[in-house]
Amino acid sequence: MHGKTLKTLLGGAVLMAVLLLAGFAAPQWLLFTATKAIGYGIVALGIVVLMRGGVVSFGQGMVYCAGAYAAGLIAANWGLTDALVLLTIGGVTGIVIGAVVGPLIARYRGIFFAMLTVALSMVLYGVLVKMNQIGGSDGFNVPEPTFFGWPPDRDSADLALYCTAIVVAGVTAMLCRVYFDSMAGLMSRAVRENELRVEYLGTSVHRTMVLNFVVAAGFGGVGGALNGMALGHVDPLFSFWTTSGEFVFVAILAGPYSVAAVFVASIILELVRSFSNLYFPETWQLVLGAFLLAVILFLPEGIGSLWAKGRIIAPRTPRDDVTRSRAAEDRSTGGSRVATATRAARPTAKEPQA
Amino acid sequence: MNASPARAPRSAPSPAVPVLEARNLNKSFGAVSAAADISIEFATGSKVSLIGANGAGKTTFVNMVTGYLKPDSGAILLDGVDVTKKKPRAMTHLGVCRSFQIPQLCEPMTSVENMLVSFGASGRRFSLFRPCGSEGSEDEARAMLDRFGLTQYADRVVAELPGGVRKLLDIAMAMVRKPKVLLLDEPTSGVSAEEKFPLMDTVMAALAHEDVTVLFVEHDLDIVTRYSDRIVAFYAGKIIADDRPDEVLSDDAVQKYVTGGAR
Ligand SMILES: Nc1ncnc2c1ncn2[C@@H]1O[C@H](COP(=O)(O)OP(=O)(O)OP(=O)(O)O)[C@@H](O)[C@H]1O
Ligand SMILES: [Mg+2]
Repeated sequence: MHGKTLKTLLGGAVLMAVLLLAGFAAPQWLLFTATKAIGYGIVALGIVVLMRGGVVSFGQGMVYCAGAYAAGLIAANWGLTDALVLLTIGGVTGIVIGAVVGPLIARYRGIFFAMLTVALSMVLYGVLVKMNQIGGSDGFNVPEPTFFGWPPDRDSADLALYCTAIVVAGVTAMLCRVYFDSMAGLMSRAVRENELRVEYLGTSVHRTMVLNFVVAAGFGGVGGALNGMALGHVDPLFSFWTTSGEFVFVAILAGPYSVAAVFVASIILELVRSFSNLYFPETWQLVLGAFLLAVILFLPEGIGSLWAKGRIIAPRTPRDDVTRSRAAEDRSTGGSRVATATRAARPTAKEPQA
Repeated sequence: MNASPARAPRSAPSPAVPVLEARNLNKSFGAVSAAADISIEFATGSKVSLIGANGAGKTTFVNMVTGYLKPDSGAILLDGVDVTKKKPRAMTHLGVCRSFQIPQLCEPMTSVENMLVSFGASGRRFSLFRPCGSEGSEDEARAMLDRFGLTQYADRVVAELPGGVRKLLDIAMAMVRKPKVLLLDEPTSGVSAEEKFPLMDTVMAALAHEDVTVLFVEHDLDIVTRYSDRIVAFYAGKIIADDRPDEVLSDDAVQKYVTGGAR
């Protein structure tokens, strides 16, 4: 195994161990908040995967909701309540939806992609509201999850789910890091920067987009199943556009570089939401908005940029004086060289001898 | 054979099947005819330059040959096989690679990262799990940069690199797959006059050991004379001359429509 991969796995394992231990000391309300934040974080991580490939989905609520409903329905109707099984069901549901929808919308970009994803999530919302057999707009209750056959009592239920959430999020995050660091991950970033070039180099932009979409959808489904269990209830609002907006909020807050930042951003969202709800229930969205504005202004690349950078390959060549003076010279002569290159091409042709 | 002192002449007798052939290509943009019944063959290993004034249809030709633009009619053959309907990705797989008039790079990434993108895209180094740059792929990328004299720029973000360096990187990325046919769209545009020859020297030296047919679009006639063994002159979507450099450059039509009678 490569050193970088080992570092990711070890770092992830240590962080997971610390957070698991911390769970035993944490108060009940914090465990619940943290679990919910982790669920949100896993969904938002999917958006980060998409963002690195150059698109943003404003409709992750769709897979989030689908995962929650699939897990919830199976738990409520078939009595299958094992947390890991339900999380898997959520993930698989997301992946299946991603694999169907992904190829259809992978050729859209920017606002069209965003709007299509919102539209699809709102279609699901509309359908669920009408489906009275499964609760209509009220949704339905999800039975208490069990853990490998063990039904925890009232006091330990939150802790058990929190621990499950940490493990699932930890594994998801590590896989995500490994993907980001891989050649496939680099390809995804290249697609974001220059699709034309990627196609001309011989790789399918479409394939990268679909891959990212399926991964994001899988994450969305897992997050949905987790939060369905944490809340003990699911309803069509899981697929409402405001829910999707919150995932985007978390992803932008976190930035594209750090996987851990997504969970930090997510816990910030949950804490701000809880406290604002308590102290200024009418205006908490305002607080959230101001917070996002501050981050965009002062940390345009998200809070992850505080400790992680976009560099993929560590420098080997020393930046010697020659290089540096060249750079200064280039800057003084031309600003944007791309523009210079295009402009310069014209006059040379008219007077080829000049 | 020609006025090129820098290179030994290659494969004088042209092989039976041309590596690349265009048959009656037509392409119009509205009323503008960017390609009018273009038929041409390229022999393996030849170094051909495409000249012509602005808007003559050189880039359009490159775009059609690489599958980016679909010709209105006509056919493109690679090693005698029809490839007219292929997309750029498929053409790349078949060994037709190109560089761009405006370098197409991943701007916020460094040169070595851009080069790794090229290696990743070539499929040999693609993986979902192995860290990119591991198992020698970073060394491979750096070696490629070195071949094009770009070592000192390896770890610089490409958005801040000078025009000539960006051009070279663009070409180097196209060479990763060891193409059969390499098309360079104005490799020296936007590069200062003193830098043009060193740039072309670097490119030609890097290609010297490859068995590659090179087509390059170029406006500078000194460059054209020195680095190609054949010139194709375009005017208004048509080929008006196609011969050895000295013949083409002394052609009346070429002097009138391309070089402005300066030569
Ligand atoms: N995508 C397009 N849409 C409309 N017109 C186009 C398009 N591409 C090229 N043209 C037109 O076709 C003609 C040929 O253009 P082309 O880019 O091939 O010229 P060129 O020989 O490469 O010129 P230059 O030296 O300026 O690069 C021009 O008149 C141009 O305006
Ligand atoms: Mg052109």
